[in-house]
This record gives sequence, C-alpha cells and structure tokens, in this order.
Amino acid sequence: MSMDAIRTEALTKHYSVGFWRPRPYLALEGLTLAVGQGEVFGFLGPNGAGKTTTLKLLMQLIYPTSGTAQILGAPVGSTDVKRRIGYLPENPYFYDHLTAEELLEYFASLFGYGAAERRQRASRLLDEVGIGPERRLQLRKFSKGMLQRVGIAQALINDPEVVFFDEPMSGLDPLGRREIRQLILRLRDRGCTVFFSSHVLSDAEALCSRVAIVARGRLVASGPLSEILAFQVHGWELVMSHVPVTVLECALKDGRVLKALPLGPDRYALDLPLGTPPERLLADLTSAGAELVSLNPLRETLEDYFVRQVAGAKSARGLEEGLE
Amino acid sequence: MSSIRTIGTVAVNVFRESVRDKVLYNLVAFAVLLMAASYLIGQLTAGQDIKIIKDLGLAAIATFGLMIAVFIGIGLVWKEVERRSIYSLLSKPLSRAEFILGKYCGLGLTLAVNVAVMVVAWYVVLAYMATTVPPDVRAGWTTPATDLGMLRAVGLILVELMLVTAIALFFSTFSSPFLSAGFTLGLWVVGHFNADLKNFESVVDSRAAAWFAHGLYYVLPNFSAFDIKQQVVYAQAVPAGYLATTALYGGVYIALLLTASVAVFSRRDFK
Repeated sequence: MSMDAIRTEALTKHYSVGFWRPRPYLALEGLTLAVGQGEVFGFLGPNGAGKTTTLKLLMQLIYPTSGTAQILGAPVGSTDVKRRIGYLPENPYFYDHLTAEELLEYFASLFGYGAAERRQRASRLLDEVGIGPERRLQLRKFSKGMLQRVGIAQALINDPEVVFFDEPMSGLDPLGRREIRQLILRLRDRGCTVFFSSHVLSDAEALCSRVAIVARGRLVASGPLSEILAFQVHGWELVMSHVPVTVLECALKDGRVLKALPLGPDRYALDLPLGTPPERLLADLTSAGAELVSLNPLRETLEDYFVRQVAGAKSARGLEEGLE
Repeated sequence: MSSIRTIGTVAVNVFRESVRDKVLYNLVAFAVLLMAASYLIGQLTAGQDIKIIKDLGLAAIATFGLMIAVFIGIGLVWKEVERRSIYSLLSKPLSRAEFILGKYCGLGLTLAVNVAVMVVAWYVVLAYMATTVPPDVRAGWTTPATDLGMLRAVGLILVELMLVTAIALFFSTFSSPFLSAGFTLGLWVVGHFNADLKNFESVVDSRAAAWFAHGLYYVLPNFSAFDIKQQVVYAQAVPAGYLATTALYGGVYIALLLTASVAVFSRRDFK
C-alpha cells in the first residue's frame, strides 16, 4: 500500500485572544485527513474556516495545540520533508529589492543547486507561469497578479512531490486563472500531489479528484468529488423535441413531470422526480411522436453542497455555543 | 546542503538587501562627509588638528555604525514576519536557527563593509592632512597621522557593533521595531555606565538596591570596555591581552544572545 502524501490526525489549533482577559479562540478542531499521492485535493471553506491555519500547521509556521501532521510519511517541519514540498502562501509577498529571477535563484540556492542549474530552473519556471522580460524588474514594481505567478513559480523551484497552494487563483485575471488551472493539471500528470485551499468552487470542480470542506474550524465533509455529487442526484432532466402538448399536460398533472421549460417550438426541458424511473415517460412521449434529445441526472452543484454543509456546520456550532 | 552554506546563502541575501537600501547609503555618505569636515574643524584649532580628526573619525565610525546596527538590526526579522516573506522562506529546507544566524551574519557583513568604507575615508583624510602640514609640526606629533595602531580601536568598535546587532536582533524576534529600538538603545546607554553599577553600594545605603545593581552589572553588557578611542589617539599602550579578553567577552555575549534569539524565534507562531 502506498503511503499518504499528507496525513493529519486530530490536528487542533487554539489561539489566545485578548490581552487583559485572554480567551481561547478555536482556529482548527480535530482535523483528520488523508491525501493520497498524485491527487489534486481541494480544501474548501468560507473565509475564516481554518484553511490557512491548516496550511500553516502543515508548513510548521505555527505549532499545533494538539494532534499530529505528516507529509510523505515524515513529521512536518523536518528539512528532509521541506526538500520535497513546495508552498504558495496566501497573497504572497517577497523581497522588494530582488528581481523575480534573483528571488527564484535565491530560493533555488537554499536547495543546494549549482549556479547554472539555479538559472535554468528560474528561467524555466518564470516561462511556465508567464513572466516575461519583467523578470528583471525589482518585485516592488510587480502587480498582485504578477506576484501570485512568481509565488507559484517559487513553490515549484525544487520540482516538489507535494505542493501546497493557498488560494492559488487569488489576484489572477480570467486568462491567468486558466493558465494556472492548466499548470495544476500538468503537475498532476507528472505525479505531483497538489493540495490547494480555495473558496472558488468552480476551480475545485474543474481540478480536484477529492475535496474536504471546513467551516468554523471543523471538517464538515470530505470525499471524492464524484461521490459527493453523485450521492446528491435529486431528479432527471429530460430534453425532448416535437413534444405533443396534450401528453405533456397529462404528465404534469399526474406528477411524472415536475416542471416543463420551453426551449423552442415543441422542444422542452422536463424535470422528472427521482422516485419515478424516466424510462416509462420516455416511452410514452416517443410513442406519441416526440424525439429524445438528452436525458441527464439532475445533480446538486458543488456550490449547493458547499452552502448546505457550511450552513449545517454554522447552525450546529451555534447550538453548541448556545448550550455552553 | 550544510548549515554553514545555508546560513551563508541567507547572509548574502541580507547583505544584498542592505546595499540596495538607500538609507544605508545616506548614513555612510553622511559619515564620510563628517570625516571630510573634520579636516576643516581641525584647521580651527591650534596644534590639536590631527587629534581632532582622529577623535572625530573614530566617533563617526562608532556612531554611524551604531545607527546602522540598530536601525537595520531591529527590522531584520520583524520586516520578514510583517510582510509575510518568511512564509515562503521557512517552507524551504532552512531551519529557524539557520534563518536567525543567516540574518545576523548578513548584517555583520554589512557592518564590516561599511566600517571598512568609513575607515578608508578616515585614513584618506588623515593622509591628506599629513601631506599639508609643515615638517616641524609633523615632528611634534606623538604618532604618525596614519598610525595603523588605531585599527585596534576600530576592531573593538566592530565587536561592540556586532554585540549591539545581536541585542537588536534578539528584541526583533518578539517585539515591534519601535520597542526594539528603544530596548536596544536603552541597553547601549546603560551598558556604557555599567562599571558604575559595580560600586553602587558606595552611593546608596540600601543593601537591596546595591545587590540589585550588582546583579545588573553582571547581566548587562559592559560597553565601556570596548571604548579604547582615547588610548589609541594619545598613543597609549593597549595590551594585546586586553584586546583578546574584551573581544572574547563580546563573543560570549553575542553567542548567548543568538542562542536566546533562536530559542524565542523557534517557538514563535506566525499568525
């Protein structure tokens, strides 16, 4: 059995807030998670859910109150682990006085690469993230989007086995988002594990094999995206042309069709309930002269699922706090 | 990659950051100008001109070096944390101890180069002075204008500045630049009067106050020990043993402060 790329066990972080009367603030509570090698894993949640806290714990920028975390089978924070990972922080900021090229070469030198290799890696990665001749400008002159691209490049300077992106699409224009999506897919194809936090669900839907959703510091759902969404089939969408109006009215009346949306002359999109198999209605309509265009299960979008899970977590937490 | 190489890599980046900082250039330019001006001030005094230039030169090196040590030292760690550049850096194969030591060595390198620039400017002014005065005046000097023995004072100034840097770095691992500057300059001032704390019982009646002052004497660094400016200007003997012991004393303090900095920094959460 292959080892997990990332594993956390009951990872918890509490902060103390307030100067005179410090109170504990729960940033993350009992996060248990496993991410397999080669996965693109989406770590989703609203603002303040605990996503960045989790990433900082994995990078050992903060220490856990309790629980453990491992990357590639070794405790987080060890130099050996750091050699094999990459990290893009949220809204990255780098040294003003360095150029993009110098920054990447500086970071490459921390991995012990020789001068020629440092130059070659920096140049290749800046090409890959779309930084052109401006790579010779000091970073103080870079826009937010350009800094984000440099941030992504520095995270990949060592060809990492596991890469952590905290809000990788932040500050990017639509073209930039598309390029970074393609980059993440290329990383996946190379066998790199990508763990990224985001509150942009379309990115997760397009890229992830599995997701976890956190809200208010707690894991509220996790699993393969296909399973999460497949479980949530709530009906069928049947699109037909040349639909006889009388048959349609009859189906609407007896509840076999919940809603009929006209798409053009004699052409309808019909919402069917989950409980009734669509084959009988399809047979009735085709025998009355209608033609099948498409039949699809109606699934909840990731956004619907996300909103439901996060709302559930908020009400559960509110209830808990009320009981306390 | 060895720790020494990692520390060196961080140090070179600190040095590069410092030399690209306009504030540093302004400080060094001002110090060099002051040394040049000391030549004019020397002209106003009768017979003491060379001593004035020597005095002012050493004072300028010590003062501007102190400003560089404090004002760059207090921002070294704070700036990285505040601007969050430390997030990317610490995710690389670099321990927090290597980060602190690299920062310290980088500023040490910056200080050494700047002190060297100031010393060269100082000796140029002194050499020029030597060529412009009549031989009979020169014959009255106890030591040559460009007496290399004065470098002993520069050496101890450099050790003192490295100690100030270690203090600034220590405070910057957990407090804001404003507080760090206050603490560092406060310690520097108190450290120059440290010798008085040892004999505090002769001034106060309270035994507790005397004990407290005695305790402070051993805890606080004695900065006056590094000041041999008068001795070198007046060509008085400074035993090699004294130089070595004082440098060792500074080295031990620096080591203790760096250990404390690493201990504090290693436990810190970057929220």
